[in-house]
Amino acid sequence: MQVSREHSATLDRTNTVNANVTKLEVRVWRGGEAGHYDTFSVPKRTNQTVLDVVTWIQRNLDPTLSYRFACRVGMCGSCGMTVNGAPRWTCRTHVSKVASDNLLEIGPLANLPVIKDLTADMSRFFEKWQQAEGTFVPTKTRKDPIAAIPPQDAARQNVDEAIECINCGVCFAACDVVRWNDDYLGPAALNRAWSLANDARDGGNTNRLRAISATGGCHACHSHQSCMQHCPKDLNPTRSIAGLKRLTMEAYLRGDLS
Amino acid sequence: MTITVENRNERTHRRSILWYAALVHRISGLLLVCFLPLHFLALGLALESEAQLEGFLRWTDSSAVKLSEMGLVFLLTVHLIGGVRVLALENLSWRNDHKNLAGLAIAAAAIVAALFFLRVI
Amino acid sequence: MNLRLYLLQRVTAALMLPLVLGHLIVIFYATSTKLTAADILGRTEGSIGWALFYGAFVCLVAVHGAIGFATIAREWFGAGGQAPTIIMWTVGVVLLLLGLRAVFAVTMPGGLS
Repeated sequence: MQVSREHSATLDRTNTVNANVTKLEVRVWRGGEAGHYDTFSVPKRTNQTVLDVVTWIQRNLDPTLSYRFACRVGMCGSCGMTVNGAPRWTCRTHVSKVASDNLLEIGPLANLPVIKDLTADMSRFFEKWQQAEGTFVPTKTRKDPIAAIPPQDAARQNVDEAIECINCGVCFAACDVVRWNDDYLGPAALNRAWSLANDARDGGNTNRLRAISATGGCHACHSHQSCMQHCPKDLNPTRSIAGLKRLTMEAYLRGDLS
Repeated sequence: MTITVENRNERTHRRSILWYAALVHRISGLLLVCFLPLHFLALGLALESEAQLEGFLRWTDSSAVKLSEMGLVFLLTVHLIGGVRVLALENLSWRNDHKNLAGLAIAAAAIVAALFFLRVI
Repeated sequence: MNLRLYLLQRVTAALMLPLVLGHLIVIFYATSTKLTAADILGRTEGSIGWALFYGAFVCLVAVHGAIGFATIAREWFGAGGQAPTIIMWTVGVVLLLLGLRAVFAVTMPGGLS
């Protein structure tokens, strides 16, 4: 007890823990697809992220809680979870911003199978990435000169606007069409397809456009823009998908797609 | 602690106006498709006799029917204007103000429907 | 929804823009001036113009409505496998037949009394 009081005293400068500390009521999903919410009481601190809350629970109350994180500074995209109904990066979500009346409900990302507790199985997300031909197809060798693409090039700007995706799965979890249509490739995979379709160095576009024109391709998007609304990197997959709709239509009218 | 099976994440994230615009577009289309066969059958009364069609038309003079017709005009107009927004989104250069456009579309359709009602009651 | 259905959906939508506007004008005119059946049929019977206008409208809406309805059946009601295709064709054929029948009813020359 003495040790912990000293420990928390050193935190007092920046992260105040008062004697009468406010508690957060935190409901956390436990189990797999079938399960329940456990309720924990967690001390509220002035500067606290949802990831801090989950970590505090696992370290102090229930070591059997499973969750995923890595960098904890908003770079890796591993800590995505559903917080009070919305998919978010828990390391970049301040509790004060989302827990009005000190209530938090935390669950795994939606639209993905649950492995355990807060850990979702991302396989389906990456499989759709592959189905959308979301990989770069090189056309040059190391012996060729570097492709000269000016930054102001319109197509390159399209690439730059879409390329920062780190595959966190938040858009996938936010998308209604993903929820309604099992075949839908999803906003992230299609956003990547768009960034590659605009890349002058890439040679795989015919196959790619064909892959994203099948059932579940870009034409299934209804432009809700939930993906854009929730993307922690301020990307806009709806805009990319609108671009893909134009590209595929043009390719179809040219007879490039079978 | 008793373990109960619950549905996780029942509380869904806040919907934006764009989400509602898409919903309105879908519902209006669905209602219009359901309405159309009735509309076609009514017009087909002309095959029976002009008197049959006339009888039906006079039935539609009532205020209750006129109110429903206002609803139908709203559905058609909101589906039209919302559809124009979707066609623009998918075929023209990207705009960042689609939330405003969606709001405008619904407002414009409501005005048209109100004008209709005022003219026919 | 794949590319072909998407294109059909969007093209029929675009082609219907002027037709819907025209129809709204007709609705406003017919209802606010309280046209009788005789008034309406007097204008439409034997008219090639109205037959083409509404004939085209019916064909386009049958396609557009069928695709939309099938998409909803798939996305909201879990219709899988061949079901959306069957639903699409059924809705399309019903709308086309009833619609063309209605167009014929009001535009056939002479009419029945």
